[in-house]
Amino acid sequence: MRRSGRAVAALLALTLPFWLANPYVLHVVIMAGIFGVLALSLNLLLGYTGQLSLGHAAFFGIGAYTSALLTLRLEWSFWVALPAAATAAGLAGWCIGRLALKLRGAYFVLVTISFAGVVSLVSINWMDLTNGPLGLPGVPPPELGPWSLRTKRAYYYLVLAAVAASCLACKRLVGSRIGRAFVALRENESLAESIGVDVTHYLVLAAVVSAGLAGMAGSLYAHYTRFVSPEVFLFTYTVTMVIMVVAGGKGTLAGPLVGAGLFTALPEALRAVTSWQWQMLAYGVLLVLLVFFLPRGIVPALTAVRRRS
Amino acid sequence: MEQLLQHLVNGLVLGGTYALLGIGLTLIFGLMNVVNFAHGEFYTLGAYAAFAALGLAGLDFTLALLGAIAAGALGGALCEVSLLRPLRHESIDTTMLVMIGLWIAMQNGELLVWGGVAKSISHPFPTAPLVLGPVSLAPLRLFVLLVAAALIAASYLLIQRTKLGRAMRATFQDAETSALMGVPIERIHTATFAFGSALAAAAGALLGPIFLAYPSMGDLASLKAFSVVILGGLGNVPGATLGGLLLGVAEELGAGYVSSGYRDAVGFLIIIVVLVLRPAGIFARAERIG
Repeated sequence: MRRSGRAVAALLALTLPFWLANPYVLHVVIMAGIFGVLALSLNLLLGYTGQLSLGHAAFFGIGAYTSALLTLRLEWSFWVALPAAATAAGLAGWCIGRLALKLRGAYFVLVTISFAGVVSLVSINWMDLTNGPLGLPGVPPPELGPWSLRTKRAYYYLVLAAVAASCLACKRLVGSRIGRAFVALRENESLAESIGVDVTHYLVLAAVVSAGLAGMAGSLYAHYTRFVSPEVFLFTYTVTMVIMVVAGGKGTLAGPLVGAGLFTALPEALRAVTSWQWQMLAYGVLLVLLVFFLPRGIVPALTAVRRRS
Repeated sequence: MEQLLQHLVNGLVLGGTYALLGIGLTLIFGLMNVVNFAHGEFYTLGAYAAFAALGLAGLDFTLALLGAIAAGALGGALCEVSLLRPLRHESIDTTMLVMIGLWIAMQNGELLVWGGVAKSISHPFPTAPLVLGPVSLAPLRLFVLLVAAALIAASYLLIQRTKLGRAMRATFQDAETSALMGVPIERIHTATFAFGSALAAAAGALLGPIFLAYPSMGDLASLKAFSVVILGGLGNVPGATLGGLLLGVAEELGAGYVSSGYRDAVGFLIIIVVLVLRPAGIFARAERIG
């Protein structure tokens, strides 16, 4: 039953651009995929090691800028720029992980926010490198052999592959010894340490992988919208990621993807009815309501309902 | 040298209001164990309350300031009772998420009510600066510095000399024992949050006329308040006062001698450097209120 369900889902995902002709809807699906990678990456830290990063937009932005600059200035191929973007973001994640390894909870949150603040200010003020607030237009679309992935349909498959790869990577990581060490840290750090879990090592590792995934999402975003500006560092992006993970269900693999789908589609659906400000207001209220009424998120709640029936 | 003096004076004016923000946040953080990411929104609330009182109700400046403080206290009390009291036994992460939600909701609520265009708050002071040797200072800025100093002094008196202050200090040291001794913890929490929010609102009403009032002004205020708290150490009120003045001066010097584009980076760098090197704050000796 479960296997056939999965096969149907895979088939739907693979054929989606052919029966979904509306390019606007396809655009929403692509954005949902990019945010899905971001939510998965935040979930590694927040859901598995229990550390909240409110600077995730920084890793996303670093990935976007790295990829855009490498392809624009050095004319590197997208296929080299993408791993380079993930590496650059991962390196930033390593720095933050090393710096903040003694800090937990609120202090870790503050270091990540401050880091994002500094990076954002640099992107605005370092005119020579980033072109300041004007941003970098004309980021080239990826090319695959003789084909350009300029069309939405082609880009959809690229993003789908990225989501699948991230999902698989997270699944393998979480299911391994490393993932169990993450959870042990989240549940009881002193106990984990006493049985030989190297706290620093695993926290830094989680930060690096998480930042690297966010950087990859940034690269995908840059080559999709073909424009990068300091707006990629907007705090709104971080907030959206947090809501996706918390609402979907932190510490689950399906949760962030469900959250990403829901919270990319919902604002677009609401756009016709309300303005952007109302949406953000609703986000804030929703976050409060979620903590009060659905503290574990949608996916764990659904699983609990299914188990009972 | 003359420039340096001028930067120092400007830094103290900013620093006084940063200290107000920091004292409020350090009390809430230290006493209630709540990471109040909505703190800056009470600063914004104060600025808009002053704007409304001056522009729409036509009150004079002092009354508008008092109105802003009252609005902050009322708003803070309301939030504490409705959002934080039911979650008092939840983890610090849970309340932090709720405060992040409140932050986003309040900021966008303000955007809806007042629109995105920055509002300038009128004030009755002459614009010609007072000149004292090499230093010139606008009368408004002098007023801001004096009021901030008075409010800081009032906070000390409240914490050190009143019954409420004693109950607050007791709760900070050991909430359970204080509760056993008959301290009404829930009411102390409400009072602390209202007091901290009122100080933030006062800072907003004071700085609003110098800069402008706009919906996202609270974001930087929150971060500055956090830098001050981190500089001074958790729950350390004198530390927050000194930390606020230090941050104000450091920002002015950074903007004056390095680059004005990186003014706000000073606060961020302070957070990172202090947390990494001295997580208990640079004035840390004993963690206590008062």
